[in-house]
Amino acid sequence: MAYSATADEHHDAHHDGPAPGLMRWVTTTNHKDLGTLYLWFSLIMFFVGGSMALVIRAELFQPGLSLVQPEFFNQMTTMHALIMIFGAVMPAFVGLANWLLPMMIGAPDMALPRVNNWGFWILPFAFTLLLSTLFMPGGAPALGWTMYPPLVLQTGEAFPFLILSIHLMGISSIMGAINIVATILNMRAPGMTLMKMPLFVWSWLITAYLLIAVMPVLAGAVTMLFTDKFFGTAFFSAAGGGDPVLFQHIFWFFGHPEVYILILPAFGIISHIIPAFCRKPLFGKASMVYAMAAIAFLSFIVWAHHMFTVGMPLAAALFFMFATMLIAVPTGVKIFNWLATMWRSAMTFETPMLFALGFVFMFTIGGLSGLMLAIVPADFQYHDSYFVVAHFHYVLVPGSVFAIMAGVYYWLPKWTGVMYSEVLGKLHFWLTTIFVNLTFFPMHFIGLAGMPRRIPDYALQFTTFNQMATVGAIGFGLSQLIFLYIVIRSVSRAGEKASDRVWEGSEGLEFEVPSPAPYHTFTTPPAVR
Amino acid sequence: MAHASDYKNVYYVPHGSYWPMVGSVGLFLLAGGFAMALNGHGVGSWVSIAGAATLLVMVFGWFRDVINESVAGLYNAQVERTYRWAMGWFIFSEGMFFGAFFGALFYARTFAISWLGGEGEKGLTGNLLWPDFAATWPTAGPLELGGEFIAMGAWGLPAINTAILLTSSWTLTIAHHAIKEDNRQKVINWLAATVALGVIFLFIQGYEYVHAYQDLNLTLESGIYGSTFFMLTGFHGLHVTLGAIILAVILIRLIKGHMSADNHFAFEAGAWYWHFVDVVWVGVFIFVYIL
Amino acid sequence: MSTNRLKFAGAGLLAAFALLLSSSAMAAGWPPMNMPEGVTEISREVYGLHMMMLIICAVIGALVFIIMLASIILHRKSRGAEPAKWHESTSVEIIWTVIPFMILVAVAIPATATLVKMEDTSGAEMTVKITGYQWNWHYDYLDHDIEFFSNLDADSTRAYQLGSDLSPLDVEYYLLNVDEPMVIPTNTRVRLLLTAGDVIHAWWVPEFALKKDAIPGFINEMWVNVEEPGIYRGQCAELCGRGHAFMPVVVIAKEPAEFEAWVAERTDTE
Ligand code: HEA
Ligand code: HEA
Ligand code: CUA
Ligand SMILES: [Cu+2]
Repeated sequence: MAYSATADEHHDAHHDGPAPGLMRWVTTTNHKDLGTLYLWFSLIMFFVGGSMALVIRAELFQPGLSLVQPEFFNQMTTMHALIMIFGAVMPAFVGLANWLLPMMIGAPDMALPRVNNWGFWILPFAFTLLLSTLFMPGGAPALGWTMYPPLVLQTGEAFPFLILSIHLMGISSIMGAINIVATILNMRAPGMTLMKMPLFVWSWLITAYLLIAVMPVLAGAVTMLFTDKFFGTAFFSAAGGGDPVLFQHIFWFFGHPEVYILILPAFGIISHIIPAFCRKPLFGKASMVYAMAAIAFLSFIVWAHHMFTVGMPLAAALFFMFATMLIAVPTGVKIFNWLATMWRSAMTFETPMLFALGFVFMFTIGGLSGLMLAIVPADFQYHDSYFVVAHFHYVLVPGSVFAIMAGVYYWLPKWTGVMYSEVLGKLHFWLTTIFVNLTFFPMHFIGLAGMPRRIPDYALQFTTFNQMATVGAIGFGLSQLIFLYIVIRSVSRAGEKASDRVWEGSEGLEFEVPSPAPYHTFTTPPAVR
Repeated sequence: MAHASDYKNVYYVPHGSYWPMVGSVGLFLLAGGFAMALNGHGVGSWVSIAGAATLLVMVFGWFRDVINESVAGLYNAQVERTYRWAMGWFIFSEGMFFGAFFGALFYARTFAISWLGGEGEKGLTGNLLWPDFAATWPTAGPLELGGEFIAMGAWGLPAINTAILLTSSWTLTIAHHAIKEDNRQKVINWLAATVALGVIFLFIQGYEYVHAYQDLNLTLESGIYGSTFFMLTGFHGLHVTLGAIILAVILIRLIKGHMSADNHFAFEAGAWYWHFVDVVWVGVFIFVYIL
Repeated sequence: MSTNRLKFAGAGLLAAFALLLSSSAMAAGWPPMNMPEGVTEISREVYGLHMMMLIICAVIGALVFIIMLASIILHRKSRGAEPAKWHESTSVEIIWTVIPFMILVAVAIPATATLVKMEDTSGAEMTVKITGYQWNWHYDYLDHDIEFFSNLDADSTRAYQLGSDLSPLDVEYYLLNVDEPMVIPTNTRVRLLLTAGDVIHAWWVPEFALKKDAIPGFINEMWVNVEEPGIYRGQCAELCGRGHAFMPVVVIAKEPAEFEAWVAERTDTE
């Protein structure tokens, strides 16, 4: 790809900059501004959700209730999960998409810039609604992020706020996803054929389809909860001919694709970083795309693996077991392709690469434990135990969150024009990696030994590993302060100037424009070879 | 719009806009107020109404901007394609929303009801817990929530409504062909007919609801039958309302002289939406009324 | 600290940590960290499946890690490595699609067999209906005239409270003890029917490898045949509100004769 950056060839300078003052952030239609907003929002939510995780971990440091009442503990669990998933990880990926997609495909901006702004600004309001429930009589929702009826119907004043804030998040996600699909399919520079598209773009194209397909289903599910609670419908009550399990089916029809929404963009990011620091093209690019498409397709037919214990007909349990196991195949292709990229390459280990390697290693651990969960008879033992908690934190924290951090380190110099401190970055990586394992690895043990999840207090034999996990969590949290410091320093432009290419091995249109990238990247489409 | 016209030949990038923020505040007030009202706080309804009003202002303002830009000729083929993609996938997401309710209906009828009635793999449920309940449809469940009711027949008003809606799709298609031929009066006539059919549909449905509540004792509380019946027909009705409003606005714009044979995406988007609503109705008619 | 030293310090710490965890598994005196083998034919089969999966996954994980580590050590730029030119090979890709698939087929077969056995609830010699409530269990012996509630024991109840004067450490079977345990005969095929009175609960005894949801308005079935007399403990495994952590399951398996004696005694006192 050859393109010499001529960002302001076609118009005079004063249009290039952002509007002055705070209103810039309110009215902006610029993909970079919105990307920045999304990323900051996500970081704040990560800290809020993480603080709640620390309350959970602190209470679990020793047996016996030591800090909070069970109700409050359950509120923390519920809010922690909702905030981390809908407030931290999803917006972080959307933020990265905003920053990068137009640059990667050679477009001036997203296809629907105003919708883009709306998609973002709904979120702070949605989370205001959700967080406000903490201060209501009866407190925040306390029924787990899965919101199973009939328990969820016992929620007090928080209930309508929970449902309606989820509706708002859904509206935001759907608008964001539609925008991304339109951008990718419609705004590519001439010559950027689908198969030439960078993998992050591909991963987001597929993710956006998942979002468009399943967010409305979640909306439908919570709407039924809503009418069951307030308008006397009987979807989830046996007395009226409904079934509580019906909710679980609809929820997980959304919920399982949702977890791939949380991982596919991560796959995309990793597929950029590994080749860059290996100085070797990604192995099997086409099969990487097919693998993601296969994962996305399969994600629609495995939902009931979250419900093996509800008492499904045998044939259904078998079907969902086999379909779930199948996902290991395309995911394995991805892992092996990354390994093949590393093989006989010339690696260096800057911070983004460290996080990417950490991702491959620890995501594999999480994925393999997921495979164990798919074995129905064994899942009867694992289900709703800390083994599941260990599984999904391995795919989510050293999975999604590591990929986000890898991506931020990788592209931050491009965004700010300055290099972050490599020493601090590496310190951040090593501390984070050590503590993340100290936090979540012992959860496998207590889970297998029989500790249920979502409990504020536990039997004595689980103490040791819980204490390890708590220490790990605090260390993990503190380590993130380093990350905060690094980001703030970069944003305030302290540090060495970054070159346009930033990394020796970096590829892609985004590395052909100056660092920091100009406010409007491509006013005329670049030539793509 | 100086800078916009600079890119014009290749891309159109709009300036900053206040409308999204207005929309976010509107949604916030609408949702927050509604939630407060449901919790029994009186001001909630007012907050909610203020939110709805704000949203309305946003819709007007935002669309005015878009229409002005379009009329000013700022858009190009690319923007047009973007709108097509966006509308298409928006409609797809709406389809998935209805899918959730159709799924619920399917699950209840094939699994939940038979188990509760003592049939199938979990038939022990019925035998042990609900010995008096037989798996039939329609049903309000083992405890007959909401009392005895009569189900809505398919071949009276609903069948007429089906005919009306199908006809409206046909009139709309005629209008669509007319706009391509640039025959403005013909478009206006047939589009007006479409809107009128939509309104008649809504009136009949309203009448049907009154009939259900007053004569059949069929309410939202009538167990799973009432739940699925009213949620599916109700959300469909809301979509017909929205579709009719969209078409009415387009009608007004046509009368004002907007749109032309080769620039009428707003019309097409409205038409797609209308056909979508029509297709959903066919599903509702088959699965809710007939089967 | 130079970044290189940092790197090695980090890697060293990580290795030490891994060592610590794995050696802790072997050291005596550590708390339980694996699934119990249990006391039924089914539970042993489940345990076998679990161990098989664990080993397969450990081996695959180790392979992935070794290849990664080898690349990291051998193919690093600081050692003067030159990147190879290839970046595609249909044949290897087919290999690493097909081999995992075959592994999966191989594990699916025993898993299916066990599942079919577990789901076959026929041939029961005795039936107990278990109902979950917020927050206790109710046991109803359908073939005998026995029914009772089973609550968390008094000591645990006192000890768990915030600011309690009784330390959990001083309670025997803290949170795993009840006032009135369920009793079943050994070497008997007992059918368990599960339902709930309010919200969803889940009845779980790890030693039996049994966990199933108790759903209001519906009945779920499972069966157990305990071989060893003993006391087996478990917990509610589906979030059911504030008392979810405090509704344990305790099952006493007695020799059939002793069980009959228990039945007689129970029926007398009522
Ligand atoms: C990013 C999120 C994410 C991802 C990627 C995954 C990936 C997978 N998950 Fe996970 N999962 C969650 C998030 C995620 N999960 C969450 C949040 C929950 C809990 C929700 C809740 O209850 O609150 C959950 C719960 C969950 C359950 C339910 C457990 C229970 O409640 O009882 C199951 C069961 O099957 C499961 C399975 C899997 C499988 C098979 C994969 C597969 O995609 C993994 C595939 C990857 C690999 C297998 C590793 C790499 C492959 C190779 C090296 C190839 C060779 C391997 C072999 C052939 C063995 N997950
Ligand atoms: C993307 C999703 C995501 C992420 C990133 C995390 C991150 C973390 N999670 Fe989360 N978790 C979920 C998703 C996620 N989790 C989900 C879906 C559930 C299930 C909920 C349910 O059952 O319904 C769950 C449940 C869950 C539980 C089980 C609760 C229960 O069953 O009762 C626990 C327990 O340890 C836990 C811990 C943690 C910890 C320690 C982190 C850490 O990684 C967090 C680290 C971050 C910080 C700590 C904040 C940053 C730093 C500061 C705020 C600075 C100040 C710090 C100090 C002063 C120390 N989580
Ligand atoms: Cu009962 Cu949890
Ligand atoms: Cu899943």
